[in-house]
Amino acid sequence: MTRITRDQLLARLRQEIPETTPWEVADWLRDGKEITLIDIREHEEWVQGHVPGARHVSRGFLELQIEMVQPDREAPIVLYCAGGVRSLLAAHNLQELGYTNVYSMAGGFSAWINAGFEFEEPRFLTPAQRERYARHLIMPDIGEAGQIKLLDSKVLLIGAGGLGSPAALYLAAAGVGTLGIVDFDRVDRTNLQRQILHSESEIGELKVESAIRRLHDLNSDIEIKGHPVALSSENALDILREYDIVLNGSDNFPTRYLVNDACHMLGIPLVDASIFMFEGQVTVYQPANPAKGIEGGPCYRCLYPDPPPPGEVPSCAEAGVFGVLPGIIGAIQAVEAIKLIVGIGEPLVGRLLMYDALDQSFRTLNVQRDPNCPLCGDNPTVTELIDYEQFCGLPPRS
Amino acid sequence: MSTIYIPTPLRRLTNKQSRVQVEAATVREALQALDEAFPGIGERLLDANGEVKRFINVFVNDDNIHTLQGLDTPLNPNDKISIVPAMAGGTVKA
Ligand SMILES: [Zn+2]
Repeated sequence: MTRITRDQLLARLRQEIPETTPWEVADWLRDGKEITLIDIREHEEWVQGHVPGARHVSRGFLELQIEMVQPDREAPIVLYCAGGVRSLLAAHNLQELGYTNVYSMAGGFSAWINAGFEFEEPRFLTPAQRERYARHLIMPDIGEAGQIKLLDSKVLLIGAGGLGSPAALYLAAAGVGTLGIVDFDRVDRTNLQRQILHSESEIGELKVESAIRRLHDLNSDIEIKGHPVALSSENALDILREYDIVLNGSDNFPTRYLVNDACHMLGIPLVDASIFMFEGQVTVYQPANPAKGIEGGPCYRCLYPDPPPPGEVPSCAEAGVFGVLPGIIGAIQAVEAIKLIVGIGEPLVGRLLMYDALDQSFRTLNVQRDPNCPLCGDNPTVTELIDYEQFCGLPPRS
Repeated sequence: MSTIYIPTPLRRLTNKQSRVQVEAATVREALQALDEAFPGIGERLLDANGEVKRFINVFVNDDNIHTLQGLDTPLNPNDKISIVPAMAGGTVKA
């Protein structure tokens, strides 16, 4: 093996590796050219600023993680470092893995700054957050970017009851930065069989107060807002519009239609679930959002155009509910919310998940948007919130 | 034989059975056979016009019969029919 100096190696790599410039990269980004731009510097360098749109993979992990970032060996990849040397070496490593279209950005991030281009000073996690969320950070699917999305997200829970309890606990633990809870009820002894947010010492207290105490005890890093009100057509839009995602755990049909309609009007994804005795249903109602490239799916009204007449479907208070069931279904709601926030996996949009605790079975049924849906169909007739008690054949709420 | 999955709220009409086997060529026949075996369940599923009530969905295997041929959807042996009613429970008053 011939011995060469560092300068000879770099000179040779400059022959072999195509170099690009900050100006060319800026043009590509502005024109929307599909390039994978990777910042290969160390974490401490990245957090002080980086090129907007870049992904961060430290050079030491590049060969290990590149396939997760860009599996296509022909795809154009631009690497940059601080001054353009490490990225040359890294590009050489990628070529050895079979990547055929790798560029090194000459002059690196320093040249980018000196050229006067904008850069992002990313939010970064505090050392305490890095420790707390370490098991998320180590997974490439979530990582630091995903954890920051969670910390920046706002999720509203309709109800701090059976479904809301496990969902709220897991979302708080996951670091969802703002959790809202709508519930005007107080803790009752019969709740404790399943509503794991609350304790014996809190019987008689407002559920939102009990919930806030428990959730803050679990994670003091997040904000928790209580809305101890009955959700109505008058207040629903104002409360819901502050949030990115809504989780429904309500126990009555008027609230289900109200939350569905309000979420659709505001364009907010709704993670809906209901439970009865030993059986649960979960699905995600995702309004279409062409600007964000979201195709969307059906809504609650597509599935259930009319509510059952009062008395035709017994309530959980009448028929009972298996205490662990909301634990499973509420946890699945938390999974769906986190997937939507981080942008991973296949959400339960257009799919209804059915769970039966007795035969321990999960089934997934396909549900489609109904073009005749009065809310999300082609010619909608429900364009503002209505009187949902009347719609469900119930007397007006006092 | 096709298998009908009975949702929990209707199991008190089927002697608590969660699955009922029926011999039928269409979904309509399957629901008729179910009503013959367990009289009274038919009127919980179908309205006065013989259509599936609007707070209930019927699926053959994974697909809603709305996207197939409705109650006339033909059945193959071993098809699974799921009856899925709206459920309100979340055990909270909101
Ligand atoms: Zn709809």
